[in-house]
Amino acid sequence: MSLSSITFAKEIRKAVLKLVYEAKASHIGGALSMTDLLAVLYSEVLHIDPKNPLDRDRDRFLLSKGHACTALYATLALKDFFPLSELSNYSKDGSMLLSHTSHKVPGVELSTGSLGHALSVACGISLAGKRNNNNFRVYCLVSDGELDEGSNWEAILFAPHHQLSNLTLIVDYNKIQSFGTIDEVLKLDPLHKKFEAFGWRTLEIDGHNHDQINSSLARAKDETEKPTVIIAHTIKGKGINFMENKLLWHYRSPSAEEFAEAIKQLEE
Amino acid sequence: MRTAFIQQLVTEAINNPKIFLIVGDLGYSVVEPFANEFPERFLNAGVAEQNMTGIASGLAMQGYTVFTYSIANFPTLRCMEQIRYDVCYHNLDVKIVAVGGGYAYASLGPSHHATEELGMLRSIPGITIAAPGDPIEAKAITTLLSNTYGPAYIRLGKAGEPVIHTNNLNIEIGKPIEVIKGVGKCVFTTGAMLKYAYDHINHNKFSWGLYSFPIIKPLDKQAVSEVVKSYAEIVTLEEHQLSCGFGSAILEAINDLVEDGSLQSHPKVKRIAIKDEFISIAGSQQFIREKAGLIL
Repeated sequence: MSLSSITFAKEIRKAVLKLVYEAKASHIGGALSMTDLLAVLYSEVLHIDPKNPLDRDRDRFLLSKGHACTALYATLALKDFFPLSELSNYSKDGSMLLSHTSHKVPGVELSTGSLGHALSVACGISLAGKRNNNNFRVYCLVSDGELDEGSNWEAILFAPHHQLSNLTLIVDYNKIQSFGTIDEVLKLDPLHKKFEAFGWRTLEIDGHNHDQINSSLARAKDETEKPTVIIAHTIKGKGINFMENKLLWHYRSPSAEEFAEAIKQLEE
Repeated sequence: MRTAFIQQLVTEAINNPKIFLIVGDLGYSVVEPFANEFPERFLNAGVAEQNMTGIASGLAMQGYTVFTYSIANFPTLRCMEQIRYDVCYHNLDVKIVAVGGGYAYASLGPSHHATEELGMLRSIPGITIAAPGDPIEAKAITTLLSNTYGPAYIRLGKAGEPVIHTNNLNIEIGKPIEVIKGVGKCVFTTGAMLKYAYDHINHNKFSWGLYSFPIIKPLDKQAVSEVVKSYAEIVTLEEHQLSCGFGSAILEAINDLVEDGSLQSHPKVKRIAIKDEFISIAGSQQFIREKAGLIL
C-alpha cells in the first residue's frame, strides 16, 4: 500500500475509531493526537521492512504511551506488518492485540502500558548502536502526562551525557492527562527550556502538520552530538470535533450515533 | 564474594564479547578491573536504577548479556517494575547483581538491609534467583549465569566472607550442595548464612547435615526430594523475611512433592528467618542477625 502521509493518517484514524468502538475500549483521544506523527514516521522516515521486522539494521520505534496502542496497531496493519483482518480481533478473547501495546505483535519493539519505561530502553538501544557504530536510528514517542514519571527524567539526563545523537524523542504534547489538564495536574512548561537545559537539541512543532513533522525528523537525523527532542503540540481527539480537547475521551468509547458522526467527519 | 564475582566476570568477559556491566554509581575499588579491561562494555549509569535497568534491557535487546550492579535494595526494589515488565516479560538476558544481601550492611540501617527482595523477585515469572554462600559459590554462579540465557538475580554478600568449600564447584540450576553429611536433622541455608551454620554445627560437634542452596529459583524438586528423604527434620535458615523467602520456597517444594506422590509424608520443617520486622538499631552483622533471631 502506498499512500501519502495525510491519506495514511486518515486511514489510521478510521481504523482507530473502529477498534475503539467495536471493543468498547478507551484512550481514543491520545491515539488520535499522535496519529499524524505515526503516519509520517511509518510512511516517510522509519526504515523498517514489514516483511523482515526484526532485521538488525532496522530503525527502532518504541511507543512509550502504550495505552494509545490502537493507533500503532492500525499503522502496522495498514503497512502490512500483519493482516488487516487481524485488527477485528482487537482486545477479544485470545487475541495478540492487547489493549496496551504488546511486543507479541509483529513490528512492535517493546510492550508498554506502564508509563515511563520505553525511553530508558530506547537509551540502551541507542547506546548499543553508538558503541557498535550501527546506522539505525532509535525513536521513542512519549505522552506529556508520563513526563510526570521520574524514570523519564533519569533517561532525559542520561541521553545527552552519552551524546545519543541517534535517538529522537517525540513528545505528544496534547495538554491533557488522565485526570485533568497538564497545567492542573503537574505543569510541564516551559518544557522547551527544560529539555534545552538538560542538553537536548529541542525542536517544537505543530504535531498535526506533516511538513513540520517531516522536516523536524530530518533535522534530528543531521544532529551528530546531541539527542533530539521534538515537542509536538497536538490536540487530544484530533480529527473528530466533539472529541477534541476533551478529557472525557481519555476514557469514553463512542456510542453508535457518535461512531456514525465520527466516521462521517473522518471521511470528509 | 563481590571480589570473586568481579574476577570471574572479567574471566567470562574475555571469552564472551557480549558481556556488559552497568553500575549504579557504586563499586568503587571493586569493578575497576572490568571497567579498565572492557571500557566499551562498561557503563556507570549514575544514581538512577530505574534508568539503569531500562538501559540494560535495551542493551540486551541488542544482543548483550548485561549485568547491573549496585548495593542492597537499589538494583532490585527501587526498579522492581523495570525488572518485572522490561526484563522478565521480554525475557531479556539481564542479570541483576546486588552486593550487601541480608544484613551485610547491618549498621547502615533498614535502607541498606536487603531482606525482602528474594520474596518479591521470586514471584516474577521466568527469573532465576541465586544467593551464593561463599566466594567459591559466587564464582561458580557467575560462570553458570553468564552462560545461561535469561533474567537472573544474584544476591552477593559484601567482602571478606570466608571460603567454606574446599574445591571449585560445578553448580547446576536448582540443585543444592551437600556441605556436611549428617543424620537426623539437616540445615538448609541460602546466601551468606552458610558460614554461620557451618561453624555452629562443627563447633558443637552436632551430627546434623548441612546443604547450601546457591539457587532458590527454580528449585530442582527431585533433588530436594532426595535430600529430604534422608533426614527426619529440616531447618531452613536465611537472612530474609519469613514470608515468601527461601524457607517458603522449600515448604512449597515439599508440599508439591507430597502432592504429586514423590514424598510419602511431609517432614518436620522449621523455618528460621526474620519475623516480619525491621531492625532499627546499629550493630555488626552478627549482632543484627541475633537480634532478628537468625540463630540455630
